[in-house]
Amino acid sequence: MAVTQLTRRAAGRADHPPPGRARRFWTIARRDALVGYLFVAPQLAGSALFVLLPLGLVGWYSLQEWNVLAGTFEFVGGDNYAKLLADANLRSVLTASALFSAGLVVLNLSLALTLAVLLNQRLRGTTLFRTLFFSPVLVSLVAWTIVWQFLLQKDGGVNGLLAVAGVEGPNWLRGEATAMLSVVVVQVIKNVGLNMVLFLAALQGVPRQLYEAAQLDGAGAWRRFRSVTVPLISPTILLTSIITVVGSLQVFAQIAVLTQGGPGTSTTVLVYYLYQQAFQFRHFGYGATLSVLLFVIVAALTLLQWRLRRRWVFHES
Amino acid sequence: MSRRVRLTLYGLLCVLCVPFVFPTWWMVTSSVKPISDVFAFPPALLPRRWDLSPYRQVFELQPFTQQYVNSLYIAALVTVGTMAVAAMAGYAFARIRFPGQNALFVLVLIGLLIPSEVTIVPLFQMFHGAGLSDTHWPLILVPVLGAPSVLATFIMRQFFIALPGELEEAARVDGLGRFGTFYRVALPLARPALGAVAIFTFLHSWNLYLEPIVYLSTPSRFTLPQALTQFVDNYGWPLWNVQLAAATMTALPILVVFVLAQRQFIEGLAHTGLKG
Repeated sequence: MAVTQLTRRAAGRADHPPPGRARRFWTIARRDALVGYLFVAPQLAGSALFVLLPLGLVGWYSLQEWNVLAGTFEFVGGDNYAKLLADANLRSVLTASALFSAGLVVLNLSLALTLAVLLNQRLRGTTLFRTLFFSPVLVSLVAWTIVWQFLLQKDGGVNGLLAVAGVEGPNWLRGEATAMLSVVVVQVIKNVGLNMVLFLAALQGVPRQLYEAAQLDGAGAWRRFRSVTVPLISPTILLTSIITVVGSLQVFAQIAVLTQGGPGTSTTVLVYYLYQQAFQFRHFGYGATLSVLLFVIVAALTLLQWRLRRRWVFHES
Repeated sequence: MSRRVRLTLYGLLCVLCVPFVFPTWWMVTSSVKPISDVFAFPPALLPRRWDLSPYRQVFELQPFTQQYVNSLYIAALVTVGTMAVAAMAGYAFARIRFPGQNALFVLVLIGLLIPSEVTIVPLFQMFHGAGLSDTHWPLILVPVLGAPSVLATFIMRQFFIALPGELEEAARVDGLGRFGTFYRVALPLARPALGAVAIFTFLHSWNLYLEPIVYLSTPSRFTLPQALTQFVDNYGWPLWNVQLAAATMTALPILVVFVLAQRQFIEGLAHTGLKG
């Protein structure tokens, strides 16, 4: 800093100092700011072009009647939204999305926490188990789904295992309730390892003295878990639940491969319905309207979770 | 911990890991069984007879080598590109002061709120209008510059904020410019975070399914996830053993590489500010 001031003063005294003037303008702070702008430029340009512009366009498209097959593109105002409210499928699509998301989030978070707690015991070989539980995260999503499609057939591997136990299994992907259950479970097993690892890192950050103190105060294992562990890892619980909720609303490949939204429309979640409308039936205007709906739902849920944070997330500071 | 508790815990862990391990095991072993044994009852854990013909069929029915190369090079470009974009932007937002910084950061963060499915309709129209549908450009440009890279930028920023600044200050006092400080001092220190970003990004690109099926229509340009679902007979029924052979070739190499490298990246993942 002192150096700049000296040069600046020296440059100011000179009468015609082209190099000095250049130096005066390009102070360290200015040069830094320039580098800063250059560094964020790709990300900013990308956000503008591939996030903000399409977001605006999606709103604009949702006001158009746009059918590529029919070759129409005209402004229709709120017609698509009226169509959305009158859509006979909307109810079942929202129900399927809600069932899928609720089932996934509850099952994923509770299983992830259970596995993390089990792996956090002082046991030998937990690294091996951690790898095994985590391994589906690393298996290609469509490959994983294809294997399950095959395991869930009437005469597939799951029913084979059940038959060994003397139970006759259903045709999983053909019944409405079992199809939904199947896509939820297949997705939970695929991704629970991610949350498990995050929980495990959080659990390892809980100071042992706190448990010892709680134990001295007569707290049992469950009480220690509820009153020491849960508050201390609550920031991680919040983070994983946001990631998992948003992720659950994005499910597509699993549905497309396992059930194609069926049987009936029982597993047609919002993104799959959007895909059908926009890219199979080529109703781009209506597809854009469904995108707006998806955006509103995701934004509302995320904001809600941030609000709840104040209520139950424990802050050390 | 008593012996009984310990045994119960081991038993519980073993039972719990069945659904995590069995599908992958089943995929690999069934892909080398003759089709008649694939649905045999009771299911066999190891193939009794071997039949490798599905592995040949994979390459006969689809331009599978080309599709493999497509997926690999797209994922590699996306990974390297995202690391560069996110490291620079994350560093600037964390370390450099410039006017409008916070407003710009909030603007970028909007990308975190928007699942890519929300913008797929206009993005398809934009790339279609630019004559780039049925090319790999949308699968490369959007992840590197658009919403998917925002998470990476966020991770990098959190990492740099938590990183003590003394080393960088020392480097600057020694006369290294801003770029040199970033490239020679901060970036090497950021290796754990970069590693986590690289793995996330690679897996994200490798698994992408909606985008390829929306943009691509020529089989030789397909990516692997899209190709996997194309092994069907004339009636549209899946050719199970061929699908499983293709799935094995898609999943197994990545799985092996990541399991071998898992220590670095599980720990990297846990230390990237994602911990909350």
